[in-house]
Amino acid sequence: MTEMVYGSVPVSKGEPILPKWWRTVDKWTLMSVMLLFSIGILLGLAASPPLAEKNGFAPFHYVQRQAVFGGMALIAMFVTSMMSPILVRRLAVLGFVAAFIAVALLPVFGTDFGKGAVRWYALGFASLQPSEFLKPGFVVVSAWMLAAAQEINGPPGRMYSFILAMCIAVMLALQPDFGQACLVLFAWGVMYFVAGAPILLLMGMAGLVVFGGTLAYQYSEHFARRIDGFLSPDVDPRTQLGYATNAIQEGGFFGVGVGEGQVKWSLPDAHTDFIIAVAAEEYGFVLVAIIIAIYASIVLVSLSRLMRERDTFIRLAGAGLACSFGVQAVINIGVAVRLLPAKGMTLPFISYGGSSLIAGGIALGMLLAFTRARPQKNIADVINGYR
Amino acid sequence: MTYPSLRTPLRPLSRILPARERGENTDVIERENIRARHEAEKEAVRQRAQGRLLVLGIVFICLYSVIAIRVGTLSSSEPVEPRAQNAGASIIAQRADIVDRKGRILATNLETHSLYVETAHLIDPQQTAQELAIIFPDLKSEKLVKDFTGDRKFLWIKKKISPEQMQAVYDIGDPGLRFGPREMRLYPNGKLAAHVLGGASFGKEGVQAAELVGVAGVEKTFDTRLRDPKMSGQPLELSLDLSVQSAVEQVLYGGMKLLSARGAAAILIDVHTGEVVSIASLPDFDPNHRPRPPVQGQAADSPLFNRAVQGVYELGSTFKIFAVAQAMDMGLLNPTTVMNTQGPIRWGKFKIRDYHDYGAKLPVWEVITKSSNIGTARIAQMIGAEEQQKFLTNLGMTDPIKFEMIEASGGKPLLPKKWSELSAMTISYGHGLSATPMHLAVGYAAIANGGLRIQPSLLKGGAGAEPVRVMSAASAANSVKMLRGVVTDGTASMGEVTGYAVAGKTGTADKPSAQGRYEKDKVIATFASIFPAHDPKYVLVVTLDEPEDTAGSEARRTAGWTAVPVAAEIIRRIAPLMGLRPEIEAGDLGDITQVSWD
Repeated sequence: MTEMVYGSVPVSKGEPILPKWWRTVDKWTLMSVMLLFSIGILLGLAASPPLAEKNGFAPFHYVQRQAVFGGMALIAMFVTSMMSPILVRRLAVLGFVAAFIAVALLPVFGTDFGKGAVRWYALGFASLQPSEFLKPGFVVVSAWMLAAAQEINGPPGRMYSFILAMCIAVMLALQPDFGQACLVLFAWGVMYFVAGAPILLLMGMAGLVVFGGTLAYQYSEHFARRIDGFLSPDVDPRTQLGYATNAIQEGGFFGVGVGEGQVKWSLPDAHTDFIIAVAAEEYGFVLVAIIIAIYASIVLVSLSRLMRERDTFIRLAGAGLACSFGVQAVINIGVAVRLLPAKGMTLPFISYGGSSLIAGGIALGMLLAFTRARPQKNIADVINGYR
Repeated sequence: MTYPSLRTPLRPLSRILPARERGENTDVIERENIRARHEAEKEAVRQRAQGRLLVLGIVFICLYSVIAIRVGTLSSSEPVEPRAQNAGASIIAQRADIVDRKGRILATNLETHSLYVETAHLIDPQQTAQELAIIFPDLKSEKLVKDFTGDRKFLWIKKKISPEQMQAVYDIGDPGLRFGPREMRLYPNGKLAAHVLGGASFGKEGVQAAELVGVAGVEKTFDTRLRDPKMSGQPLELSLDLSVQSAVEQVLYGGMKLLSARGAAAILIDVHTGEVVSIASLPDFDPNHRPRPPVQGQAADSPLFNRAVQGVYELGSTFKIFAVAQAMDMGLLNPTTVMNTQGPIRWGKFKIRDYHDYGAKLPVWEVITKSSNIGTARIAQMIGAEEQQKFLTNLGMTDPIKFEMIEASGGKPLLPKKWSELSAMTISYGHGLSATPMHLAVGYAAIANGGLRIQPSLLKGGAGAEPVRVMSAASAANSVKMLRGVVTDGTASMGEVTGYAVAGKTGTADKPSAQGRYEKDKVIATFASIFPAHDPKYVLVVTLDEPEDTAGSEARRTAGWTAVPVAAEIIRRIAPLMGLRPEIEAGDLGDITQVSWD
């Protein structure tokens, strides 16, 4: 009767956002990212004072900035991770379009900060590297296309996403930023692989990459110099790599002690590309091993959660984001220990850099949104109440 | 019935066709079918993706493990301490010394410094540039300021600086000025043996070291040997004798100046081993400051030009002994055979005449001592062109000499296009075939050592090549006796050096003019000598380019007046240096009428 008179009591459609988020989110990855960020601040305290001194700032100027940017990155990550995959996709596509235009306009409005590559927009208080934001957007857009291609009567998304990947890679290579170009191609390759690429084609692609690398080596001086430096048998101790190697050796297993490191005074990129050398020198192999373990665990936990995922788009986008995140760390550390040729790539969440931090936060937020526990048509899911 | 569009696939027909008969909407059936297939396909795709994600996971585990292991091994290895020291490890900086046959230094290395600038570390570019310009007057301070403040991060200022300059630069006190250790090549004897040594310059240059590379002479020929780190402790021993070389160059220079010659060359060679004890070419240069090759004018006028091995000249009458020796070897004549010297010989438009008229008949030994062109040409006719060509080729007169100086390969003899009988006649007295003084020295060595062609060498102990017999020992011995007669009774009377029994043959060849004829009063005067005649040990060839003795009433240019006295003075000075004892010959040949040559 009451209902007939007063209408039905409004029933909440689902449980409140925050509890649901906390229940379903990948808490391990969340913690790991927080840990990485704190390590980044810790190493920034060691690595950035020389740069601050050189540029005439207070000793911890860059640490403060790192904290501010890191806070923004964490907020971005939390907010993004609370979104539904559909909303993430919509926003990511919009963001991708904006970033794509921004990258395309770099040759007109961008600046190179005297580093020989036009990658940045100078905004006064900070600089913006749009390619960092382009990457996660591209992963989502490509995943969308690849997933659509698997629908019956779906669009030829594989071809579209491949063309898109090539366009972006060429744009980035022209800056020149071969590192990001490779990352974009890598992310697309991973998604294509997961989406069921024929093995034969994959081998052909590998051949093509080798061929492209050779071409780049022959026609780009920038590229060739780095490869040559890598291939030469003994490292010149006056190069960044030489200092980095020496720092890792000096550090040993337990480091030379907090603040005792010397490498930060000689390496111009100690706070970005070679921060792992600072970590190894001051805190030793122990900290480096912990950092590597954290990156590995983020990638592996994400991938294992995605293995259960039923939705093609979520699976592909998640795999692309997790792998490009993971491989960036591999490349950065690999360069510092001379396993890979020198390439300017930041260590996600640890290296100093506003754009890369915030873009990394958004990317990880997306990954967290994709890896949240969802009902997967298993009876256990129904019992556990995942909806 | 028409369909709105031909959709594929139109399945399952078994259900759609009856439904269509019944007039029901077939879309529902089709959509349901698509959904079902999609479900099935999705499951398959998911399982495949699951496998591939697993593969990715494993790949990442491997990547991270590799990196962790690498960091671990690096951490557990000892740091290589001195950071700057091994920077130049790729550049081998030691270059072996070069010494003469008695171990005296000809070339060695000296530690010095190079000066470079790292502009990023410069505190006061203007001031630094000004002070540098004061220390190094050849630098312009405006240009330095421009370089210092431009885009360049690194620039070389000087490749070698002296200790005083280094101190002065150090006193400027700017941290951007840097010194790089350098080894420079030093030739402590200056111009001595300049052409043999050649010179060295920097090859690959780094901050910490620079490579020394030989650019000419033995420095270039033995570049790999000198740079070989395994041999850096062992000096390269040359056959040269520093004191002999010095005496030769001194006398040669004096002779060249006195006789106002354009140039001169001398070669002293051990007839048994082929070791070159001294080789000189004037004008010369200082290998410490090797001049640039000339870009205009004649290459032969450059001090870099080595007349002894590069200059090809018609060597004149010095060749006559080869014709006589060959004829004796072939059994065509003996030293007392009388030759018809009635002249001139006409050959078409060409006439062969003698310097003086020596009468209608001359014995062979007098053909040599008096230097009769007509007599030699007749001997050449007896030998024949083919045999002569074979003999001279055996003597090495037709190919560049094999010798350890890079320049020797450029001394390619000029041969007649067609070796006709006329060519044979002119070649027999040294015209129509141009060769280097080194060729001549090798030919004379073969006569002096009993008929063996040796390979000349700049290495102590010789090149080790097996000698080739080119004539019998008896013919060679007879030839030496005749050559001794040239000095005692013939054209080279000024060549007598008491106690050293010099034998030899003069040669005065008119220089070819630019128009292809012969110059009237420009000659190449050559004296090829063997000493001591009774036991030949050395051959000395002295060549003067356009000598002129104006002391007398008329200018004298023949070798007897020019090259011979120079050679005699050289022998007088060097024979004791080489440990030759002066010997009094058994008898004075000049007073005895010779009746037999056996």
